[in-house]
Amino acid sequence: MEMKTEQAVAWIEKANALIQSNKEYLTELDQAIGDGDHGLNMSRGFQEAEAKVSGTDYDTVADVFKDVATVLMSKIGGASGPLYGTAFLKMSMTVKDKDPVTEANLADAVEAALNGMKQRGKAEQGEKTMIDVWHPVADFLKNGQNVQADKLEETAERAMNETKDIVATKGRAAYLQERSKGHVDPGSTSSFYLFQALADVWKKGE
Amino acid sequence: MANVGIVLISHSPKVAEGVKDIISEAVSNVKVIPAGGTEEGGIGTSAPQIQQAIEEADSGGGVLLLYDIGSAGMNAEMAVELADKKDCYVADDIPLVEGGYVAAVEAGMERSLDEILTSLRSSFLSGSKE
Ligand SMILES: Nc1ncnc2c1ncn2[C@@H]1O[C@H](COP(=O)(O)OP(=O)(O)OP(=O)(O)O)[C@@H](O)[C@H]1O
Ligand SMILES: [Mg+2]
Repeated sequence: MEMKTEQAVAWIEKANALIQSNKEYLTELDQAIGDGDHGLNMSRGFQEAEAKVSGTDYDTVADVFKDVATVLMSKIGGASGPLYGTAFLKMSMTVKDKDPVTEANLADAVEAALNGMKQRGKAEQGEKTMIDVWHPVADFLKNGQNVQADKLEETAERAMNETKDIVATKGRAAYLQERSKGHVDPGSTSSFYLFQALADVWKKGE
Repeated sequence: MANVGIVLISHSPKVAEGVKDIISEAVSNVKVIPAGGTEEGGIGTSAPQIQQAIEEADSGGGVLLLYDIGSAGMNAEMAVELADKKDCYVADDIPLVEGGYVAAVEAGMERSLDEILTSLRSSFLSGSKE
């Protein structure tokens, strides 16, 4: 697919819709192994992000991502603020001057986002954080030619589910040590919604 | 050279304010700026708010940031990048209350940013190697 500003805005709108309808679930996940604010954090952040991008005329996808980054950074208020903020900022920098954004550009953007988040969180794959979803998705986009939207969604979903058996070593859940096992990571779940939304926009463009 | 300024980052606005109160009893010639809570005043931290605190704390001698738990360290680093100043450092893994107090006392004695950081590390990170 190719991404123009319309698709970028649609991505954020769809992501927000998924987050709003799963707000309670994200809260429950974070209550189990964190401080219970992930649903609220994400719902506030993406509500504002959607309001911002839906009401603005954009020339480039990079500008859409930049605004999303700024809003998420200031509105989320938890760890996911600087992490998702960094992700969208890196994506914005990567797709600068790319119009439209091609599949290959998007793969580069997601990879840059992943690296930025790893640096920001001082986290690697396998620590039961959202990195565990971004990593395989970045690999998937990077390796595929003519990547299919369904496969993208599947990859993210599988990675999210796999966080359940991991013992957390980063984030709030790390304080629980062994007890963090048996619960899916909240941030991996919101990251899954983000990629589910991307897959949805992608399908419409195929 | 002006004294080092201190930014106190906590998830709770009350904690950040409270630590400042403790410090103010003993130190009066150092800018100590609390940056606690989210933009709405809830529990959490906010990079733009911390960035603003950095601006307020800076009187030319550099700024040191101390934080409590979780995302606070990440937002502190993000704020330092946004502020784009040299001589602005996050005191990693240094306890907010004790470390903030020590840092402010030393800043009041006109110690440099480097000297204060070294002193904090040797007081609070003695177990770990540098
Ligand atoms: N160091 C980290 N690196 C990568 N991801 C992280 C890190 N810390 C937390 N996360 C992710 O953030 C999610 C939690 O986000 P949330 O918005 O609930 O922030 P929080 O942990 O409550 O923040 P805070 O510590 O400020 O209260 C986790 O589920 C995890 O996926
Ligand atoms: Mg939380």
